Amino acid sequence: MNAFKRTFKDIAQYPSAIGGVIIILALVALAVYTVVAVPYDEAIRLWRGGEEVWGDYPRLAPPAWFNFFSRTKQPTTIVRNSTDGAPFVTKEVKPIDETMTDVIFTYTFDYEADAFPSELIVFMTATFKEKGPFVSLFWITPDGREIRLGEVTAKHSETYRFNQDERLLRRLKGVAPEVALFSDPNQETPTVLKGTYQLRIDAITFENDSDLEAKFVSYGTVHGLAGTDHRRRDLTIALLWGTPVALSFGLVAALVTTVTTMFIAAVGTWFGGIVDDIIQRLTEINMLLPFLPILIMVGTFQSRSIWVLLLWVILLSIFGSSIKGYRATFLQIKEAPYIEAARSYGASNWRIIVSYLIPRIIPVLIPGLVSGIPAYVFLEASLALLGLGDPVLPTWGKLINDAYANGALYNGQYYWILEPALLLMLAGLAFAMVGFALDRIFNPRLREV
Amino acid sequence: MAEATLPQAAGAETSQKKKGAGSLAKLARYTVTKLLTLFIAVVIGIYLTILIANMGGYVDEILRGQIRESISISVSMDPSLKYLTLEERNTLINERVATEERRLGLDQPFMLRSLRFLTHAITLDLGRAQHLASDSGSKMVKNIILERLPPTLLLMGFSNLFLFFISLYFALYLSRNYGTFLDKAVIAMSPFSSAPAWFYGIFLLLIFSSVLGWFPFGGMVSAPPPETFGALLLSYAHHLVLPVIAWLVSGIFAGVYSWRTFFLIFSMEDYVELARAKGLSARDIERRYVLRPTLPNIITSFALMLISLWQGATILETVFNWPGLGRTLYRAIGLYDSPVIIGSAIIYAYLLAGTVFLLDFIYALVDPRVRVGSGGSKA
Repeated sequence: MNAFKRTFKDIAQYPSAIGGVIIILALVALAVYTVVAVPYDEAIRLWRGGEEVWGDYPRLAPPAWFNFFSRTKQPTTIVRNSTDGAPFVTKEVKPIDETMTDVIFTYTFDYEADAFPSELIVFMTATFKEKGPFVSLFWITPDGREIRLGEVTAKHSETYRFNQDERLLRRLKGVAPEVALFSDPNQETPTVLKGTYQLRIDAITFENDSDLEAKFVSYGTVHGLAGTDHRRRDLTIALLWGTPVALSFGLVAALVTTVTTMFIAAVGTWFGGIVDDIIQRLTEINMLLPFLPILIMVGTFQSRSIWVLLLWVILLSIFGSSIKGYRATFLQIKEAPYIEAARSYGASNWRIIVSYLIPRIIPVLIPGLVSGIPAYVFLEASLALLGLGDPVLPTWGKLINDAYANGALYNGQYYWILEPALLLMLAGLAFAMVGFALDRIFNPRLREV
Repeated sequence: MAEATLPQAAGAETSQKKKGAGSLAKLARYTVTKLLTLFIAVVIGIYLTILIANMGGYVDEILRGQIRESISISVSMDPSLKYLTLEERNTLINERVATEERRLGLDQPFMLRSLRFLTHAITLDLGRAQHLASDSGSKMVKNIILERLPPTLLLMGFSNLFLFFISLYFALYLSRNYGTFLDKAVIAMSPFSSAPAWFYGIFLLLIFSSVLGWFPFGGMVSAPPPETFGALLLSYAHHLVLPVIAWLVSGIFAGVYSWRTFFLIFSMEDYVELARAKGLSARDIERRYVLRPTLPNIITSFALMLISLWQGATILETVFNWPGLGRTLYRAIGLYDSPVIIGSAIIYAYLLAGTVFLLDFIYALVDPRVRVGSGGSKA
């Protein structure tokens, strides 16, 4: 217990290490929160679900907090569903004759942003037997102008995209609808006219039981905490789930390899002779095995599951070059008088290895373990960057890969790359800083220089 | 490498000095033994690679599918076989597939096949690519890989030489001025080396290519390549800047820190104190009493760095679109081109062996214990 206390006191002398510990704790807290708040299946659904999960999110939108730092306020997404009810949506039903009915929806929303939305879409679902309702759409600006948008005969599921209506485009003189409809007509350059807008959907149904539901979406240019990707997915979920994945991958890989490597080194040194020779030769061969290409082969031919890759990472690192370092230390310890004493009272080989050799090496082991974590965290990202990321789980590396493959750097969607990259950097740096401080604490020879 | 990592443990018991013809012979013998053991290690390494690649017979499966497909196409394209019935045609295809599989030895047990693949791999007879082709149009995996090797060597050579000399001089400078602000800053920065080069590459691309537009987004030379030789060299240099800087940033802090520490530990030795007391110049002390005994350690750490960085090259090339081996591997993954993937793995094994051998050799040149004959081969 005292040793622990002393170690903590020593760590406290390194401000960077304290920073590292705080970051690690924060990341662990985030990981725990993620796993509890968004269970695995839910995360997979949110990331792989399909259009119905993220259909209402804008495409390639930066995070919403960008607005805090910018003079021109970017719009967020506005969704008005015909089931919302007043004051957002009013529904009026006027019978025309015994079969035909006129259904009028009026969608009301305030538009206060300084920039134009990215897309305008109306999603309609109609119930009918033979003849779908005939729908006309009108746009009413805050200054009272009424603009006819278009007409469509609704199928059971109909999507009206404003910017794909050729006739509307012609009527707006080639200006994109999301700009033209929100522009102040008295300004030369397109400027947003702020105020309360209305969309009127006028549907004529031709059957008694025929009805229409419609959802209007004005897609913003910013979204949520982390923004969205090219498929409209919210990046928050990937960033959140990347945390437990990265931490567990790094921790498990570093812990298992370090401990196994140390154990092998201990066994080799203690028994010596042929055992030691074999271990030495295996280490040399292992050094010649192309680590990354082998992982790539496993990823391509066998499985892309992150846990299979983790297994291979461990297998390939067990006979890593750190065996040599441990071996050198064990060789010194082996000659210590207390080992001699243990041997003379008849302690078994295992007892000597486990109770006398290994405890002595822990000071060397712990810094190595902690500093080894970043390498594995980044390894996961590297594999993902090569397109060998886990097929289901969203990870930080996969986000970078997605962003990179879709030209985020060229198109200026920096948030897409920077968010996962900064998290990776934070995790890597935190462990590296703590490992660095531990190294200096446990190896006093380093402390004086 | 075994010896290289543990030079100090071998002890300083070798104080006798025997110079002359004997040392050269010893050096030759050392080299030959090294080469032989390395060759055996390479063979085992490649064999393991093949075993891993062939896990679950996946590679055979691909090959079988390929054979069947090409034979089906050739049968359906053959005008003389046009009037066969469907059944006749199927039996014909099956016969030809069986013959072809026999020809390629697919009917033999795996052990035999893997051994034959091993001999092929060692002689670099790597088969034909499924999708990729070299720029000269060859489908031979060997040609594809050999064509991509020079750019990789160019990038790695430049990056590592820069890294080596800059960190060496910087480390020496810091060990002379230790305790200064710069020294402390470098120590504090050393955790930054935990991130790989490609990671910094992305940041560099973001800043210098995307925002500032000073450097190209990737590639090795601008398109179309400049006409004059000078402009061509300039274009190469322009494209090299960012990847080399990325490499430097990711490697330099850890390198400088570890070497600086080495130098400091060694400059506290008694004989350095004595040299200082004798009034030798700082430069002489550094060269003769600090650098000289730490050289084996420097080379060892450089070797370890080089070995671990061969893999970093794969991803760095991918990020910078550098037309080297790494990007070829990346494209092969995308296209599922198994012969190229396996071939690259084998080439990397050779490259690693080459690196290890070269460094062992240099090691033998600088470490007198190897020449004198006692330390060296059994640590």
